[in-house]
Amino acid sequence: MTTPAAAPYPSEHVPTTGIPNGKLGVWLFLASEVMLFATLFTTYIVLRMAAPSWPAGWEVLNVPLATLNTVVLITSSVTMVLAYAKACERDRAGFYRMIGLTIALGFAFLVVKAFEYGAKFHHGHFPSTDIFYAVYFTMTGLHGLHVIGGIGFNVYLALWAREHWEHPLFIGRVEYGGLYWHFVDIVWIFLFPGLYLL
Amino acid sequence: MSSAADTARHQPNIPLYLGIFGALLVLTVVTVLVSYFHLPRLPAILIGLSIAAFKASLVGAFFMHLKGEKALIFALLGATFFFVALLFLLPFLDSRAISEQQVTYSGEKAASTGHAHVP
Repeated sequence: MTTPAAAPYPSEHVPTTGIPNGKLGVWLFLASEVMLFATLFTTYIVLRMAAPSWPAGWEVLNVPLATLNTVVLITSSVTMVLAYAKACERDRAGFYRMIGLTIALGFAFLVVKAFEYGAKFHHGHFPSTDIFYAVYFTMTGLHGLHVIGGIGFNVYLALWAREHWEHPLFIGRVEYGGLYWHFVDIVWIFLFPGLYLL
Repeated sequence: MSSAADTARHQPNIPLYLGIFGALLVLTVVTVLVSYFHLPRLPAILIGLSIAAFKASLVGAFFMHLKGEKALIFALLGATFFFVALLFLLPFLDSRAISEQQVTYSGEKAASTGHAHVP
């Protein structure tokens, strides 16, 4: 009698969908995230349409700092996809370099954001100040939480790689972490003109 | 590594990634430069959001490997964007009622709305 097979790793090859379950799961999660941010954008549209006056973002927000953060986040997206490329090429040192850069750029984004928030608080602008700042802090704050979450998963990937570089699911997880990180980048790509430039 | 998983995986293309990086940086600069012209609201929104949508599609197509992705993912995203479009369009059905609210951005009711129930 053969011993029952140990529970296998969920295969990356799923004949029914042709898509690894992990990837389908991440895309479903991102779909729900799109809806979450879309409700906030809709709220912003409705509040702004209802307001007889609304400050232009560039009048009250720090456009140079936000531009810098846009470049930081785009660069981190590139290093993330390069980390995936290095994982595929089985270049371990290259992977650590790229995932490390991605994590560092994520922190850099948060530091710049903290300076921005600090300046606003210093001038007495809080989420409760008016609807404009309520929208600004809610949207950028939720996005900031997503950056923190992404940094957390990327740190997990870097640590997991030490023991599980050869793990059959390793490259897939790097790819899924990347999907999330690029999504966070895309949200910022819309937040930046939406809040700061219009 | 099993060959099935290898063939299913998106092949990385580093020169392409770097090219997209350059395009994203150029488009960011363009977005910021256009905003300095302080265009009227409608063209400003259209230009700003068009560039943002194009940047997002570059990230989606090449960094998230949607180019060459399976149809099921596109069906999922199609359903998502249908509901996003619905969500964005709904307020415009009632835009007159919204603008009559005349809520100032500081959250106070404007004095000049002249509601019917005011004696």
